[in-house]
Amino acid sequence: MAEPALSIRGLTKVYGNGFHALKGIDLDVAEGDFFALLGPNGAGKSTTLGIVCSLVQKTDGKVSVFGIDIDQDFARAKYHIGVVPQEFNFNQFEKVEDIIHSQAGYYGMPLREARPRAERLLKDLGLWDKRKGSARMLSGGMKRRLMIARALMHRPKLLILDEPTAGVDIELRRSMWDYMRRINREEGTTIILTTHYLEEAESLCRNIAIINHGEIVQNTSVRQLLAQLHAETFLLDLSHPLETVPTIDGFEVAQPEPSQLSVSVKRGQRLNDVFTALSEQGVNVVSMRNRANRLEEMFVSMVEDDNGDQQSSSVRIDDDEVEPVPGAEVRQ
Amino acid sequence: MNPLQIAVALWTLVGKEIRRFTRIWPQTLLPPSITMTMYFIIFGSLIGSRIGEMSGFNYMDYIVPGLIMMSVITNSYSNVASSFFSNKFQRSVEEMMVSPMPNWVILSGFVIGGMARGLGVGVIVTIVSLFFTRLPVEHALLTLLVVVMTATLFSIGGFINALVANKFDDISIVPIFVLTPLTYLGGVFYSIDMLPAFWQGVSMLNPILYMVNVFRYGFLGVSDIPVVAALAAIAAFIVVFFIVGLWMLERGKGIRQ
Ligand SMILES: Nc1ncnc2c1ncn2[C@@H]1O[C@H](COP(=O)(O)OP(=O)(O)OP(=O)(O)O)[C@@H](O)[C@H]1O
Ligand SMILES: [Mg+2]
Repeated sequence: MAEPALSIRGLTKVYGNGFHALKGIDLDVAEGDFFALLGPNGAGKSTTLGIVCSLVQKTDGKVSVFGIDIDQDFARAKYHIGVVPQEFNFNQFEKVEDIIHSQAGYYGMPLREARPRAERLLKDLGLWDKRKGSARMLSGGMKRRLMIARALMHRPKLLILDEPTAGVDIELRRSMWDYMRRINREEGTTIILTTHYLEEAESLCRNIAIINHGEIVQNTSVRQLLAQLHAETFLLDLSHPLETVPTIDGFEVAQPEPSQLSVSVKRGQRLNDVFTALSEQGVNVVSMRNRANRLEEMFVSMVEDDNGDQQSSSVRIDDDEVEPVPGAEVRQ
Repeated sequence: MNPLQIAVALWTLVGKEIRRFTRIWPQTLLPPSITMTMYFIIFGSLIGSRIGEMSGFNYMDYIVPGLIMMSVITNSYSNVASSFFSNKFQRSVEEMMVSPMPNWVILSGFVIGGMARGLGVGVIVTIVSLFFTRLPVEHALLTLLVVVMTATLFSIGGFINALVANKFDDISIVPIFVLTPLTYLGGVFYSIDMLPAFWQGVSMLNPILYMVNVFRYGFLGVSDIPVVAALAAIAAFIVVFFIVGLWMLERGKGIRQ
């Protein structure tokens, strides 16, 4: 059986100030996977990834990369890892191409080999024109792409991206998504990504882990996670403002704005019933959309459940169809 | 990493360090040249002509080796201290930490970079001095050896300083409060024979005294102290400093949480 690209067991981290950032997490990422690590601010995502690429010293636990234990042979493991950190970490005064060439050199790649590789990556990431300028003259989105190019120079088999699309405009974000998909598909690069845009995780990733307060609270495939979604909230825009909130049998309805309704539709319920009921009451719906991205809805309910109820593990949502829905109240 | 890859990594780092100080030459190469020219004019020519001889040499010849050494010391030290600290500050040190480069390569790369700057400035100052005097060179190899060893030692010192520094001020404390006084008191401008016995004894505790004297011996053939013992002492310091620097880097002191 092939070794997982990343395997983490019982990983803990206590920072110098005594803060327990990771409380014993287990995680496996298969080779070739496109994996999302999600969690609210301060959950421990960057800490976890920092340990994997040696920027943070672990307190306890085991980490191996393609079967190489980092305690045994970190140098060999590092060859396989490319990392794009959350914060900019290049010398702002250096030239773009110097940054890229140096990084290859640190991995022992001679300049004559690094040059063509750099050219391809800089062109792919739209930075070729900027290569002679110093890095501080790049825009925020370009700096992020510079870090992606830098991470790929030594052809890593595992690419770790800590919020790669933060501060990147929508159009560019989509082109970066295409790029990441391409290297995942064509070059078989395993990708682990953290993001706060759940749409990104939903559209890119196959598997997902959710981390909160230094613990993994979910670790499953994106498909399965979405299947667990017990209710979706739809926003309906009305042709006319309403005085009172209409009632629809079996549905939770709210009125965030005079001419807008929000309707929570549980699994097994039919949207048709909503429209039929509204038509009967003479309410005209002109447009409809999800209140939130589906994964986002899932995520919010999980993280909030976890915060609200420390005792039970209410985060584990049961797969059973008929199970009553605990935390699916309509949120506005 | 195999030896070839190590060589590539080391060369990458050294090249990057050299690029850095040549790019900002008005801050790195120009100031010491100007300062030393002033020393030559004021102490060497103007005042020196009134001082007469020192240990049997005219004063200009006596101070030139010390002043060259002084530039090598301060420039090696501050090159590594500022470069590594700025890498720490901008977090670009992470580029090296995530790579498979062994720590001794990182340390050596910065040290060689610092030596390049220290020795480069040393050469510039030597050239400037040729406008004022014609230095004899009694023992060329010894001269070269001691200046290279000194540059190595102070480059490593600058590295350790940058590792423990938390703010920019922390990298100027040692040059201002330790290196400069020790250099001035290290017999750059006078022979310790001139001092009372007690202060001669105190001076012997100053490591820079040994470097300046051995270096001067290489040029002029005179030294206040035994040459071989001095070389051995410098070598010992290099080994100890390198081990300390490597150990701190290994532990991630100041760079890894
Ligand atoms: N150097 C440090 N010293 C002490 N505590 C730290 C340190 N770095 C991080 N922490 C704490 O560890 C926790 C996890 O931080 P981490 O950066 O891993 O979060 P994250 O999930 O990446 O969050 P974000 O989404 O905001 O990037 C936070 O509570 C943070 O305050
Ligand atoms: Mg983070």
